[in-house]
Amino acid sequence: MYQYDQYDQAMVDARVEEFRDQAQRRLDGKLTEDQFKPLRLMNGLYLQLHAYMLRVAIPYGTLNSRQMTALGDIADKYDRGYGHFTTRQNLQYNWIKLEDAADILADLSKVEMHAIQTSGNCIRNISSDHFAGAAHDELIDPRPYAELLRQWSSFHPEFTYLPRKFKIAVIAAETDRAAMRLHDIGIQIVKNDAGEIGASFYVGGGMGRTPMIAPQIREFVPLDQLVTYAEACLRVYNRYGRRDNKYKARIKILVHEMGAEEYTRQVEEEFAHLLEQGVEPPLAELERIKPFFADPAFEDGPKSVDRSDPDFALWVDRNTVRHKHDSYVSAVISLKPVGGIPGDATGDQMRLMAKLAKQYSFDELRVMHTQNIVLPHVKIADLHALWTELEAADLGAPNLDTIEDIIACPGLDYCALANARSIPLAQRISENFAKNGRTEELGQLKLKISGCINACGHHHAGHIGILGVDKKGTENYQLSLGGSEAEDVSLAKITGPGFDEDGVIKAVETVTDVYLEAREDGERFLDTYRRIGMTPFKEALYD
Amino acid sequence: MNILTGNDLKTGEVVWWDGQNWSLSVHDAVDVGDMGEQILAAEEAARRVNVPYALVASRTEEGVRPAHIKDRVRALGPTVRRDLAVPTASKTGWDWVI
Ligand code: HEM
Ligand code: SF4
Repeated sequence: MYQYDQYDQAMVDARVEEFRDQAQRRLDGKLTEDQFKPLRLMNGLYLQLHAYMLRVAIPYGTLNSRQMTALGDIADKYDRGYGHFTTRQNLQYNWIKLEDAADILADLSKVEMHAIQTSGNCIRNISSDHFAGAAHDELIDPRPYAELLRQWSSFHPEFTYLPRKFKIAVIAAETDRAAMRLHDIGIQIVKNDAGEIGASFYVGGGMGRTPMIAPQIREFVPLDQLVTYAEACLRVYNRYGRRDNKYKARIKILVHEMGAEEYTRQVEEEFAHLLEQGVEPPLAELERIKPFFADPAFEDGPKSVDRSDPDFALWVDRNTVRHKHDSYVSAVISLKPVGGIPGDATGDQMRLMAKLAKQYSFDELRVMHTQNIVLPHVKIADLHALWTELEAADLGAPNLDTIEDIIACPGLDYCALANARSIPLAQRISENFAKNGRTEELGQLKLKISGCINACGHHHAGHIGILGVDKKGTENYQLSLGGSEAEDVSLAKITGPGFDEDGVIKAVETVTDVYLEAREDGERFLDTYRRIGMTPFKEALYD
Repeated sequence: MNILTGNDLKTGEVVWWDGQNWSLSVHDAVDVGDMGEQILAAEEAARRVNVPYALVASRTEEGVRPAHIKDRVRALGPTVRRDLAVPTASKTGWDWVI
């Protein structure tokens, strides 16, 4: 994986010292909160419901074991023994002291990590396919391009004060595992008819209060113009984005109001202009980056496992994914134990996952946007040993992509913006389905829960989505159906009036009943919904 | 009653105005009547509290109960991590939050 060069390291170290001074000045009373807030936010430090919260960037979700170990150590040393992996492949600590914040950033810097640009109206952490470099279906590894864009967007002076936050995802497979079209810019690395590799650009997607699917604005950008094209997209947004209204400031609103065609025309014009100026980094930089992502030394070995232990066999079927090398798989470590808090991991669990990565996965881990962890390259021969250790640490839940694999935002338990709690719903629903034994039978079913309209829990993109709303000071939940963030992207539709907590849990059961009743051979929940439409579900819910 | 809350500047902990000082227990909160704004301004300027605000609460048998669920979650801690509760939780129990 990528290693900092002297410039990367010097920049991050300088930022830590700058922040140490800023935090001290705040503690000494030389800065007011109004003056300090933008400075702490630039370093990922929020003030949340209970305490300060620190969001740590995990570029394209890739970590080595040293970094994961450091994250676990920070959880124990400065927080309350755990951290929360998020839908943007980052990590959040919930109980940080301002007095400790600079020391934490210094500890992060020692393992080439930081919290820069994890807040504010700048280009945020760039996300990618969590199976990048391992997937059997990818064209090439998208991460060198994500890394190039990371370098370009880090401290980019022109894009430090955009109209609003800006999120980019890069993938290189037809299967979209990064919700690419629900990003401000989604980039798919593709091959054109002439066999050349380039990038398709999708601009203006997003969730939040006005969800939008990004339209494609350019089918093919040559790879040696990738950064220039992204720069043109950002420039047009920076110039015309709505700075007058926070709720209309995202690029999705600009593209929608201006029209994709006119937006594209302006981008192309700007692009032509930028090409003359030569803003593209030299190809040598890309060539320097690429070797960091070279394949590890894969070895041939057994291609199947001993299935005599049914629990192990179930985990292999559910939680391992085909690898480009046939003696390997990518193994998913579920952070969704039945009744647990989606995405939370203790310091001990983080250190254990780090150890297992070192032992079994060439020192690499990935964070999934579904709040699980991936060991990307595991030898099939090592799977049983791996699973045995995971089981012992409550990390062996065999539920990838099932109704127990719920995405839930922090909700009212942690978040100051929330209307309702999300986590207790996830806990009760996973317990329910574990108890009634229907998880396997339901197959792939993506349930996503957000505690308010900001949609951090991706509820618009859930096969089943739940949104917390405030009903006269009490928690209430809207149910929606039919969303997807994958290559068959779609936005979920609301079923009708909302429910209280017990009601919505019952409602989830009801819609799964309708599905099981109506499904045809091989259909997922989403397929059945698309075929039969909303009406049968509505009738079952409200009549 | 009108009560005041905020976060401790150094530690970030949720605190409540007890008439003299900032307490970790919501049950120590006092009614500030219409003095809220004035106290907040002075306390914030003295850096004894961070991002404070006034809210409505009622005095019940179990102690002081903020009117909004968000402030009750603040008072006790995440309902999903009862092991991390602010100590006053033992007095009220979790039904108090919802
Ligand atoms: C608790 C602190 C958090 C706060 C205050 C917060 C705030 C927000 C806000 C205000 C938005 C809407 C922005 C807009 O549309 O302009 C948003 C969107 C989003 N947040 Fe959070 N968030 C928090 C935690 C999280 C967590 C824990 C995750 C991951 C689990 C997350 C992932 C996202 C995603 C994926 C979106 C929507 C995607 C988009 O349209 O950009 N956030 N957040
Ligand atoms: S969706 Fe709302 S409640 Fe959930 S984390 Fe985002 S801002 Fe908070």
